[in-house]
Amino acid sequence: MSEVRTEEMVLNMGPQHPSTHGVFRVELVTDGEIVTETRPHIGYLHRCFEKHAEHLQYTGIIPFTDRLDYLSGMNQNFGFVLAVEKLLGSEIPERAEYIRVIMAELNRIASHLMMIGHMGTDAGAITPVLYGFRDREYILDLFEEVSGARLLYNYYRVGGVIADLTPGFVEKTRKYLDYLERVLNEFDQLLSENKIFRGRTVGVGVLPPKVAVDYAVTGPNLRACGVNWDLRRDEPYSIYPRFKFDVVVGREGPGVVGDSWNRYWVRVQEIRESAKIVRQALDGLPEGDFIKAPKSIRPPKGSEVYHRTETPRGELGYYVISDGTPTPVRVKVRSPGFVHISAIPAFCTNMMVADLVMAMGTLDFVMGEVDR
Amino acid sequence: MSQTVVVDIVRIAVILGMFLGCVAYLVWVERKLLGHIQIRVGPKRVGPYGLLQPIADFVKLVSKEDLTPPNAHRALFRLAPAIALVPAILSIAVIPFGGTIRVLGREMPIGIADINVGLLYVFAMSSMGVFGIALAGWSSNNKYSLMGGLRSSAQLISYEVSLGLSVLGVVLLAGTFSLREIVAAQHPIPFVALQPVGFLLFLMASSAEIARIPFDLPEAETELVAGFHTEYSSMKFAMFFVAEYANLVTVSAMAVTLFLGGWNGPFLPGPIWFALKTAAMLFLFIWVRGTLPRYRYDQLMRFGWKFLLPVALLNLLVTALIVALSGGEG
Amino acid sequence: MNQIGFVLLSVLAVGSALSVILQRNPVMSALSLVVTIFSLALAFLSLGSSFVAVVQVIVYAGAVMVLFVFVIMLLDLGRREPFKLTGVGRKILGIAAVAAFLFQISASLSAVGVMGARPPEPLPPGYGTALAIGRSVFTDYVYPFEAASVLLLAAMVGALILAKRRI
Repeated sequence: MSEVRTEEMVLNMGPQHPSTHGVFRVELVTDGEIVTETRPHIGYLHRCFEKHAEHLQYTGIIPFTDRLDYLSGMNQNFGFVLAVEKLLGSEIPERAEYIRVIMAELNRIASHLMMIGHMGTDAGAITPVLYGFRDREYILDLFEEVSGARLLYNYYRVGGVIADLTPGFVEKTRKYLDYLERVLNEFDQLLSENKIFRGRTVGVGVLPPKVAVDYAVTGPNLRACGVNWDLRRDEPYSIYPRFKFDVVVGREGPGVVGDSWNRYWVRVQEIRESAKIVRQALDGLPEGDFIKAPKSIRPPKGSEVYHRTETPRGELGYYVISDGTPTPVRVKVRSPGFVHISAIPAFCTNMMVADLVMAMGTLDFVMGEVDR
Repeated sequence: MSQTVVVDIVRIAVILGMFLGCVAYLVWVERKLLGHIQIRVGPKRVGPYGLLQPIADFVKLVSKEDLTPPNAHRALFRLAPAIALVPAILSIAVIPFGGTIRVLGREMPIGIADINVGLLYVFAMSSMGVFGIALAGWSSNNKYSLMGGLRSSAQLISYEVSLGLSVLGVVLLAGTFSLREIVAAQHPIPFVALQPVGFLLFLMASSAEIARIPFDLPEAETELVAGFHTEYSSMKFAMFFVAEYANLVTVSAMAVTLFLGGWNGPFLPGPIWFALKTAAMLFLFIWVRGTLPRYRYDQLMRFGWKFLLPVALLNLLVTALIVALSGGEG
Repeated sequence: MNQIGFVLLSVLAVGSALSVILQRNPVMSALSLVVTIFSLALAFLSLGSSFVAVVQVIVYAGAVMVLFVFVIMLLDLGRREPFKLTGVGRKILGIAAVAAFLFQISASLSAVGVMGARPPEPLPPGYGTALAIGRSVFTDYVYPFEAASVLLLAAMVGALILAKRRI
């Protein structure tokens, strides 16, 4: 019997496609429903961040970092000011350190909530995303209270933060964390323990640890592959060593290590861990100044620094070179999303289109940071 | 003679009007309910509680530009929505909404027609609807549409088998294909008590048949944009939309007729019971939509052929044995 | 009234059947066949056998033809070169086949007599219902029925073996 010849079909997914999470295009070579090859195309959201940065003073760059990853602006601010402070060698007040960690972890929770909700949407469940929005809303309210903005905060400053916590912030945050614990169980019921959802994610888009390390995948995506690596613990910055938290790694259980299920599950657990950190930070919050601004921000001529932090999406690095003027010569961003997208062709092959959507969705990239 | 014809026409018009009104407001109800499930408020701007939303939607859809893709097969592209919509509406012809009423001194059943193969007629109509979907996917000349169309046809064909088998238990118990007689046979006890497995199978197979979550693959928007009706706009899109909701109402009405005792019920008049039960079924479908994720295509097929079909066969076998042993007719 | 309806349906059936072989586009051919089947179903209905009519629609239009359309779409036949009859030998064969077919029709028509020649007999009560057909299938025609089911089973097994070979 002669082999039936099937034609390959090239499908363009994106740049405007409901499941590419932003303006992102993937060329799929499909054989029927099976994807045999993926070719990601990026650049639809390029905004010349790095070029802009060369013409702005250090403080002026901070609002632009918000716009890199608009789902976790606080973490982006955090990374940049840490890099600049490392250049300057400046000290910052205790209280500011605590506030920074609180904000960064709250933003991590908000970002993960969005990711979990959107995973539901990718799987066809239309409700979880709105629950995610609801719970994220409280965090945005808190951020609005302290920074005046709901999405692009521009809150961190070299030497501290722009404003102190508002009265009542601590109590409100504590109340929110209690509430969060309850709603996380709701997510577990809607998604984590749902048979159909498990059917859609378990064993889907398995990223082997070796491939993950080779491609420099970081953050929750790396931990889902079973690699125990978290910058907050392994290359501590700010005051993270003072807090007790567990680094969640993917496990064999309902899922296979490195699959979409584990990428989802690691994030759910990280919300719980972040809540733990925030609680400890709220307990230990000292009185004092919230900023000790340097007289002028002019790092020594020729000095350069690479500083990396753990954002909700993975390892965010800022490489800054100074020539002694108030503007940097070069700012390079090592964005986790860019790296994760480059890993897509390595592990998203020979799967169904529906699985590809799940696998890409669980990588949780934000195009703003990929294209910069 | 002429009086009878007039009465019949009025009867058809009234039932069709109520059905289409029900379909239009079902969209509103679904949006409201989903809104509340998702902690939103749903439509509220057009009229009080957004009650005029269906009219606004209709006006919007009609006034949109009607696009036809350049390389589409024009005739089939136009025909497909009609093929999808007409059977969906025709199905209600045989559904009995209530007992009998006296009009102009004539005793007449509430419903349009009562044919002795009513159940099979509904199946025949639902199988015709597949053509609309398949042809829409093919004639659009678009990859997403084609894949959506192929998926839908495969899904509908697969689940039609289980759907048919799941109701055969009811047919065995009632000993007839006539929907009116099936309802009459459920006078004290509705068949859901005698055929619980059949009812669950019917629910699952029918939600696949009308492409509701968790079986809404034909329009899995995360993968296929909008499936077979990606290229459709304006009134043609509206026809698919209406067909979808008309099918939802029909399936709910069928579930009520076959398993929940139709118009039977104490105190209240028949049609009201029927409406209440149908509303409960519709609520169930909407609730499920607000809760569950979607199956993957191969999982859906596996579920249909390897779980639903064998269980349906087994259910049929057991029912047939019991009916035969208890000396039923046949 | 019934006669006129029957004639109209027959014309529709024959016309759409012609369209099946005259259409260039396979999808259109398949759809014409659906129309043929539908008009036949309506003809059955007008003859008082509603069960056969509905089954005709469910099985032929709803299942078989959907599969036809499905396969045509899957193989994308619509965009291929239309089939052309070439060669003298083939043409002669075609003409011979048509002649044989016409002869058969005329022979069977003359055997039965022209339409309406025999007065219609009154139908027995319950004629054409599922009950009557089921009875006759499981009593008078039980052997042909079983033979047909064995044939279908064999076909199903064969199809499975052929399809599974590739996997």
